[in-house]
Amino acid sequence: MNTISPETVMPFIPKKRSRLGILIDIRKNKLLYVMLCPVLLYYVIFHYGPMYGAIIAFKDFSPRLGIWGSDWVGFEHFQAFFTGPYFWRTIKNTILISFYQLLFGFPAPIVLALLLNEVRHALFKRTVQTITYMPHFISLVVICGIIKDFTVSDGVMNDIIVFFGGERTTFLLEPSFFRSVYVTSGVWQHIGWGTIIFLAALTGIDQEQYEAAKIDGAGRWKQMTNVTLPGLMPTIIILLILEVGRMMNIGFEKIILLYNPGTYETADVISSYVYRVGLQDFNYSFSSAVGLFNSVINFILLICSNWLSRKFNDTSLW
Amino acid sequence: MLNRTTFSEKSFDSINVIFLTFLMIITIYPIVYVAFASISDAGALMGHKGILWRPLGFSLDAYTNVFRNPMILKGYGNTFFVVLVGLFFNIVLTAFGAYALSRKSLAYRKPLLLFIVFTMFFSGGLIPLYLTVKGVGLVDSLWALIIPQAINTFNLILMKTAFEAIPDALEESAKIDGANDFVILFRIILPLSMPVIAVMLLYYGVSHWNSWFNAMIFLQDRSLYPLQLVLREVLLQGEASSNLGASDGASAMLSVTLKYATIIVATVPILLVYPFLQKYFVKGALIGAIKG
Repeated sequence: MNTISPETVMPFIPKKRSRLGILIDIRKNKLLYVMLCPVLLYYVIFHYGPMYGAIIAFKDFSPRLGIWGSDWVGFEHFQAFFTGPYFWRTIKNTILISFYQLLFGFPAPIVLALLLNEVRHALFKRTVQTITYMPHFISLVVICGIIKDFTVSDGVMNDIIVFFGGERTTFLLEPSFFRSVYVTSGVWQHIGWGTIIFLAALTGIDQEQYEAAKIDGAGRWKQMTNVTLPGLMPTIIILLILEVGRMMNIGFEKIILLYNPGTYETADVISSYVYRVGLQDFNYSFSSAVGLFNSVINFILLICSNWLSRKFNDTSLW
Repeated sequence: MLNRTTFSEKSFDSINVIFLTFLMIITIYPIVYVAFASISDAGALMGHKGILWRPLGFSLDAYTNVFRNPMILKGYGNTFFVVLVGLFFNIVLTAFGAYALSRKSLAYRKPLLLFIVFTMFFSGGLIPLYLTVKGVGLVDSLWALIIPQAINTFNLILMKTAFEAIPDALEESAKIDGANDFVILFRIILPLSMPVIAVMLLYYGVSHWNSWFNAMIFLQDRSLYPLQLVLREVLLQGEASSNLGASDGASAMLSVTLKYATIIVATVPILLVYPFLQKYFVKGALIGAIKG
């Protein structure tokens, strides 16, 4: 590499970083710091600001007194959450929904990528890809609107179920169906998009392995299980570990759009609970405590899974 | 070439093609259904049961009503404002951050990057964010949908990776010609990064176009509602007839098709843009995925 080192440009800068290092760096890269100014300001205000604001979880926040002026209450709100009636319900729902998502949503794109990889007809392959990517770009509001429309008792789903001799159910009003509807629609929406990374990994597999397998008499199926799948393994493992790291981070947008008081029992997750208690009931401090608890768990999970990924895969986020 | 004469291979291929075709149908059908329903005759649609194979009758009344509806038009306008102004801020600020952090001459780029990346893994939570936005005085203004979403860290890293791939020699020769960092960024780096800019436009654009939650919590004034929030009322809260001014019997019937027309109107812009950008966003998704 023939970059101009700082020394050649400005020989008077001492090599060792002094206490004044940052000032020297600012003078040397004045314009870069000018560019960074609004960027860092944005992060300070809208990311670190809320982190500071999260201390209201340990206070009795009153908008009149402000964050700093409100009284400290220690872990009172956390205790109230841990011993409250919704603790186990929201934890259980969060874990179960993530788990089902992992169980069905994670392998689906892998299977689709493997099948797409076997397609020899390029135009057909592209068509399948273009069409299956599409739902990924449709807004959640529209997706949930369609879900609702299709699953009401006189909707298309029920017409099909009746055609096959089943009975009508209003899926979104039944707590027992919430998770299935949530997970299935998620798979439907993102299966195509999820294949992108696996298809890319597939192009990296050594073609000679296929030749060798063919000479050994392996058919298409054997080639798939013995060459393609092992070739995908590193990608699969790292994505799986990352996915586990995000377990508790289940988004509330789709939940809020789909659930109703009748399905809270199986649908209410930590983040939707935070939203309801905080922004609908204006219980700011309690809700912040629940949110902070969730953030901390997420963070720990992520650190652990990153550690695992580094250990097994030699790849990590940082 | 592959030897594809055996029976098992042929049957594998056919089953595969059949399965993938089936998957395509399942994926596209809900969208086709909505499209058919939106141009159907309202009365015929209401009486219909089961799968829709074709539009029932033909009527564009729903579309005329969509475009005559003040709430939806206003929503459209608000969404356009947020997308256009938002994209401007997104691209400029993300490029600033990505460019500065991709320069090797910046001695503190590692700690600065860590400062930014940390926010991907830890956040203060929903309520503190709400209080912050409120504290800054953005509540009940469309800027609440723009400024707090100005930079997506994931996109910033994606852009930084793309900038780092540009050979240093270009920058050096520009420096020798007396170009400063702003000139280098706007005249050299950005023009060379069109694929990644396309990805950014699509990612940020789609997220602005589709977002509703921030609008729901930050906006009380209904005249500021973006399209998705109007859609939510129409689709999910069953307020189609009351909000869209369809109170008498004939219009109540029309609201059945109106719902579908609204979906189409809100979704078509995205579906029109994305095939053209497909080759770019696949690339973008990959750069992003590799970086985590």
